[in-house]
Amino acid sequence: MKRKFIIKSVLLNLVAISIGVLTLVPFVWMISASLMKTGESAKFPPRFIPSEIDFSHYVFLFQNLDMARYFLNSLIVSILITFISLLFNSMAAYAFAKLKFGLKDNLFKFLLSLMIVPGQVTMLPLFLMLKEFGLINTYLGISIPGMASVFGIFLLRQFMLSIPDSLIDAARIDGASDFKIFFRIIIPLSRSILITLAIFTFIGAWNDFLWPLIIMTDSYMYTLPVALASLMGEHTQDIELMMAGSVITITPIVILFALVQKYYISGILIGSLKE
Amino acid sequence: MKEKTSIGIVLIFLSPALSAIFLFFILPLLSALFISFTDFDIYTLGDFRRLKFVGLENYIKIFEDDLFYKALYNTFYFVFIGGPLSIITSLLAALLLNSKFIKLKKFFRTVYFLPVVTTIVAVAIVWRYLYHPRFGVFNYILSLFGINAIDWLGDPKYAMPAIILLAIWKNFGYNMILFIAGLQNIPTELYEAAELDGASNWQKFKEITLPFLAPTTFFISIITMIGYFQLFAEPYVMTQGGPLNSTLSMVLYMYQEGFRWWNIGYSVSIAFILFIIILIITLIQFRYEKKIHY
Amino acid sequence: MKRELIIIFLVSFFISCSKKDDTLTFWAMGVEGENVIKLTTEFERQYKIKVKVQQIPWSAAHEKLITAFVSNTLPDVFQLGNTWIPEFVALNAIISLDSLCEKNNFDLNDFFDGILESNKIDGNLYGIPWYVDTRVLFYRKDIMEKLGRKNPPKTWEELYQLSKLIHEKTNQYAIYFPTNEWVPLIVLALQNKAQLLSDNFTEPAFTCSNFVQAFNFLARFYHENLSPSNITEVTNIYQAFEEGYITMYITGPWNISEFKKRIKREIQNSWMTAPLPSPDSSYPGVSLAGGASLVINSKSRKKDLAFKLVEFLSRPEIQIKFYNLISALPSRRSAWINSNLVNDKYLQPFRIQLEKTQAMPKIAEWENIMISRIQKYVEEVAMKKVTVLEACDNLNNETRKLLRKRKELVSQGLLK
Repeated sequence: MKRKFIIKSVLLNLVAISIGVLTLVPFVWMISASLMKTGESAKFPPRFIPSEIDFSHYVFLFQNLDMARYFLNSLIVSILITFISLLFNSMAAYAFAKLKFGLKDNLFKFLLSLMIVPGQVTMLPLFLMLKEFGLINTYLGISIPGMASVFGIFLLRQFMLSIPDSLIDAARIDGASDFKIFFRIIIPLSRSILITLAIFTFIGAWNDFLWPLIIMTDSYMYTLPVALASLMGEHTQDIELMMAGSVITITPIVILFALVQKYYISGILIGSLKE
Repeated sequence: MKEKTSIGIVLIFLSPALSAIFLFFILPLLSALFISFTDFDIYTLGDFRRLKFVGLENYIKIFEDDLFYKALYNTFYFVFIGGPLSIITSLLAALLLNSKFIKLKKFFRTVYFLPVVTTIVAVAIVWRYLYHPRFGVFNYILSLFGINAIDWLGDPKYAMPAIILLAIWKNFGYNMILFIAGLQNIPTELYEAAELDGASNWQKFKEITLPFLAPTTFFISIITMIGYFQLFAEPYVMTQGGPLNSTLSMVLYMYQEGFRWWNIGYSVSIAFILFIIILIITLIQFRYEKKIHY
Repeated sequence: MKRELIIIFLVSFFISCSKKDDTLTFWAMGVEGENVIKLTTEFERQYKIKVKVQQIPWSAAHEKLITAFVSNTLPDVFQLGNTWIPEFVALNAIISLDSLCEKNNFDLNDFFDGILESNKIDGNLYGIPWYVDTRVLFYRKDIMEKLGRKNPPKTWEELYQLSKLIHEKTNQYAIYFPTNEWVPLIVLALQNKAQLLSDNFTEPAFTCSNFVQAFNFLARFYHENLSPSNITEVTNIYQAFEEGYITMYITGPWNISEFKKRIKREIQNSWMTAPLPSPDSSYPGVSLAGGASLVINSKSRKKDLAFKLVEFLSRPEIQIKFYNLISALPSRRSAWINSNLVNDKYLQPFRIQLEKTQAMPKIAEWENIMISRIQKYVEEVAMKKVTVLEACDNLNNETRKLLRKRKELVSQGLLK
């Protein structure tokens, strides 16, 4: 019985390890290829360790291909979207969770039903509309579809529902306005869920591709994924260079995730709770 | 304290989000519907007098368009083969990590989850080289088992499976987390009782695990399906829809028609058809779910 | 409150980010864009104007340019492939340059006639040819000599026989006709005097025998393994050429410098260029009258200044500098005469080829027809999904649909 137990344990752990290895292989190869000399990664059998470490592709990306600019664009856009959407969504969520008004439930259901509409349907008209406002190639324009999200409102509302009404009522008796209640009670109490949503939004904005590809026609305004896809058109054969670009794009997000994965994973779980 | 809040306050809290949603989502949605009934195209962009109302012509054209059928087929292939495979992979990974035999659960969970947060464009570029017919890591691994090189992205038979493989790798960690949570909600007493009755592992899985996971699975299948219908970045970066349009997805086709050739009316009509398909399939899933539960 | 301060900060930041207006904007594609900055700095010094150069990748150039047009973000001056000029004229996106040329006494007679012609629509000139571009044969001399062939092929038949020989003896592909390019098929079709489009470019002519013949000729290379029948096998053309994975490749002048730069030294003396073979005895065969032009945005507020930049970049001495940077062939005769271009052994074949070039149909839809239809059928034929005859039939049907609006507008007199 005990031996069977050990064999099973070893076997299952081996399976877990091999899945882990398979999951990591693309990352390992990406990093090591980015450090190889030009042409070294296109050899058979493939190499996993550079014959000598070569940072020249990174240098080239920053010196000749404006990588710092794209990095900055990605950072600005992601922070901006995170900031605006957190403010907008939490305000709406508060209204849906704690304020009383007619049609509240119907309005909320209507919003939820919008989640099923694929964003691509609205992209062309939205593009033509933002063009009229002169928002093409602007940080504001790129942030617009992300400013308010039904998912975000839903997530925050679920959380705020769990804040006891008695707290709010007590504050009201003390003469606090709804703004005061919102900023002094609701926001501090929702800290953890706000952090979760912030991480979600930030990572989503950082990784987003289709909308930035459409709205940024000026290469000075490219975000990292758009710049990378555009580089791919010109430098397909420069594998090591493309890998270096991928490393630069992925690394910040992986670091962020490593730091805050607790919040991220709890967010997935809250988001999946049905009403 | 149960009286209604004054409407002014409600409006202040709601208006930022709701006006953004109205202005930048609902309004474009309605104008998209209008545009889909016109022949808005590149000539119109040069001179608006060339715009014409054409009724349902775009939709009729779509149903005569070979490329559209190709894109539809490819998208269905991706959703209905790739989707279930992704979900099964997630379930297996969740069962594995939920097993009492596994050490370092948290570590494995993080590793499996890592691809989820990474940038799809960057990852697709990496995988494009991993799939290289002559130098790629995948063919190298296959060669270790004596399997001949596969031209993953160059052969129309393998291109979509190659993209599905990437999608599974990229996404399985997300649903895995949900499944693990679902598994942890199953009362252990049930398993203990079943063991006393001498139930096999398979019986326990079929009679306890699966029914308890049904709501989770339902949620997962809806979000996975909606997400997979919007396949775009992978073929855009890896194959541009080729070879032989075998990876042309509906969104990629919509993008090409719209933002490459500026057949705006036509492109928007494709997007609407995608919307309608997602809507119908979601409704079917909801109906199916009700049947299971009651 | 802190929060409000942050908002104010952000808003003011975005307002301050909006563009300043004392510079000339200029877009160029690919390596041109990467290198032209070395020329514009000279312009900036001479004219005391700032030029903001932006590079856009060739692979997404067309959609980027049109998107920029739609969103009113085109630069003052931009590079345009001369096959795209009709489309941008139809959009009213670029201006006719005739009056600016006159005003500035700009001498157009120095330009090659064929290339200048491709910049004219209904008699008006819309672009100044920046460089010319045609395709010739790049080949590995050493491999061919080993097989006893001293000269590059002069006729289709010779090309085919040579390819077979290479494939038999080396067990590698002989030539690379990329299946994701329209170039091979169109070049062969033009060589074979196929008409492509008829009736004032409102009807396809892909089922006429000349086109079918050319397509059949191309198909043999794919089906007999003389050319790779998909594109994934050759990710790096330079490496493939170096390894002898392919012996011949039809490409343009920019690859002279790329070949010099990227191919390893041992093979540097073993490659050459040659004019294209011909279906009959009239060597050389026809090639594309390609090239890029400089055009001026019709919404530019600095058209006179913009023309100064165009004029500067097309000066013979600047064209020679540009050639030295990226092997872009000068579009002016005087640039060729007054330089060592004529002595370059790789360039000789280009000069000969430039005498025999032909333009493609000058209509807005042509780009779409080539990219989304012709390429598709080259690929399908290469992979034996359809026969050449089926491909030509389908090509005709699908092209007719794409030309429907044009036909309608032409018949209503809204378009010439």
